[in-house]
Amino acid sequence: MDQFVINLIFVGASFALYIGIAIWARAGSTSDFYAASRGVNPIVNGAATAADWMSAASFISMAGLIAFVGYGNSTFLMGWTGGYVLLALLLAPYLRKFGRFTVPDFIGDRFYSKTARIVAVISLLVMSITYVIGQMTGAGVAFSRFLEVDNLTGLIIAAAVVFAYAVLGGMKGITYTQLAQYCVLITAYTIPAVFISLQLTGNPLPQLGLFSTHTESGLPLLAKLDEVLVELGFHDYTGLHEPQTTFNMVLFTLSLMIGTAGLPHVIIRFFTVPKVADARKSAGWALVFIALLYTVAPAVGAMARLNIITTIYPDGTQEQPISYDERPDWMETWERTGLLAFEDKNNDGLIQYYNEANPPAMAAERGWEGNEMVTFNQDILVLANPEIAQLPGWVIGLIAAGGLAAALSTAAGLLLAISSAISHDLLKRTFAPGISEKQELLYARISMAFAIVLATYLGANPPGFAAQVVALAFGLAASSLFPAIMMGIFSKTMNSSGAIVGMIVGLGSTVLYIFTYLGFFFIPGTNLLPNTQDAWIMGISPLSFGAVGAVLNFAAAYITLKLTGPAPEEIQELVESIRVPRGASGAVDH
Amino acid sequence: MSEKKSTDDYWKANIRIITISMVIWALVSFGFGIVFRPLLSGIPIGGTDLGFWFAQQGSILTFIVLIFYYTWYMNRLDREYGVDEE
Repeated sequence: MDQFVINLIFVGASFALYIGIAIWARAGSTSDFYAASRGVNPIVNGAATAADWMSAASFISMAGLIAFVGYGNSTFLMGWTGGYVLLALLLAPYLRKFGRFTVPDFIGDRFYSKTARIVAVISLLVMSITYVIGQMTGAGVAFSRFLEVDNLTGLIIAAAVVFAYAVLGGMKGITYTQLAQYCVLITAYTIPAVFISLQLTGNPLPQLGLFSTHTESGLPLLAKLDEVLVELGFHDYTGLHEPQTTFNMVLFTLSLMIGTAGLPHVIIRFFTVPKVADARKSAGWALVFIALLYTVAPAVGAMARLNIITTIYPDGTQEQPISYDERPDWMETWERTGLLAFEDKNNDGLIQYYNEANPPAMAAERGWEGNEMVTFNQDILVLANPEIAQLPGWVIGLIAAGGLAAALSTAAGLLLAISSAISHDLLKRTFAPGISEKQELLYARISMAFAIVLATYLGANPPGFAAQVVALAFGLAASSLFPAIMMGIFSKTMNSSGAIVGMIVGLGSTVLYIFTYLGFFFIPGTNLLPNTQDAWIMGISPLSFGAVGAVLNFAAAYITLKLTGPAPEEIQELVESIRVPRGASGAVDH
Repeated sequence: MSEKKSTDDYWKANIRIITISMVIWALVSFGFGIVFRPLLSGIPIGGTDLGFWFAQQGSILTFIVLIFYYTWYMNRLDREYGVDEE
């Protein structure tokens, strides 16, 4: 059967499943729409959270992100998982006890301030909208690559599917589609990983394969990878290399951890479980489900990179590479997408792949005139994995469905965070308190529809800074929302002025620092200082600044608290009630 | 008043277990995975060293154990102080 038809069947079947769930799980009330009536099983919520969290970037790009840098990019692995410890221990159980629907709802009520609520809404909208752009472009790319439709058509089909289940079902529909999407994406990710691990190490578990022996050479896999990389002039895989430093690794990991815990679309998932104890447990399950992908990704990265090098140099790097005419079929397939490209610079018909910026001594002796694998996109390591491992066509179909599941599940979570902040926080709780529940539900659906249209437009016309926005989203989540929520729980006396000043200082400093080095609104050429290690204040990379912004937020809040006096007695009592689980079920129908 | 005392103690016990957990959380990631990696370089594991393992796998596994341990511990604490959900 034609590969296109197979892809179409897999993607079509997964979409039919999502729409079926949407029809089954229609939302009838605001509690359904915002929080699935708080009736979600904690393990189901764990899987839904994992799908909500793992984006197109996690699925398609993360293995490559690690493979091309090695040890230095372990920051993503630790940062994007360590945040769940913060969520489970510091935020989720208390927010669930508080029993509200949105993150700004907590901040607004806890700090008894409309201003605090609106600052939180603005912060949420900026980070969620920037984040959703990446998901929509990811969905568009996956469509165009696997289903041979143009980018815009793919984007519109994806948007229509999300529209069906998110607008109809709200959180209820999203939860159960995310569960299905998790199953699709983890199966798609694991199958090729198991096969590549078997081929290279004989061990079916990629997590163990990464640290076992490379069958062909008899060396440990990572030692073999280090060896061939160094021979080709690349830096070794397991070491720490410039421009990464120990200091920035720590700071960047910390920023990702705090940012993860502060992302509203992740936090709201914990509002859907019945009890406080379930919120804790659910965070644990979420991390289990996330770890199933995040411990496989570094193995896929390392193995695929080694596999590609040994494919090009079948007899070792000291012998001749393969000739272009005899390259494997998968290379030919991926050359057509532009993710892989060769250029025979010395006209010998062979493919020389090496680091031309630091050529090994043998390069000159052997008449090499530059690296001939001129494009080697990091996404290939996941996307082409089934073909590299010579797996049947249905595995490729599964990868297509998996990439789309990852993009759509995250997009839906973000769209819900955006629409609930508009209909609940801006309308019901601030500007139109008189609206009935029915009207609020209608506004929730309208703002969801509007958010989808906006996301589709931005996905089709991504602003130039699309690649930078993840840093911005994490920086903002780390520096504004996380400290405010944490102080709302762990400091009984923290008052509204402290929280507002803190959020503004955290948000402002982070945005300012990022714009200083990456350009005003990321417009090239508008940066005040060059984005180099020497120009960074105390060597802090703008991508790592979220953790510093969080510290500034805490500091500014406590100074303001000292100057303005503690929060009123009834708020302090409210905080005391948040701290104990008893009575949480009563908050279901507030 | 006695119930109030009990709630305060509950919170103190919670802060204690959170602090211990956060120390472990930081130790396996920032510590073993990054800062102390050179100190662990003598412990080989699968072609590299223990620090690399912690950075790419060990820290994640520890995080999972930490969350489930905290959940179990707090469920017990909730019952002990009579603040669990019926």
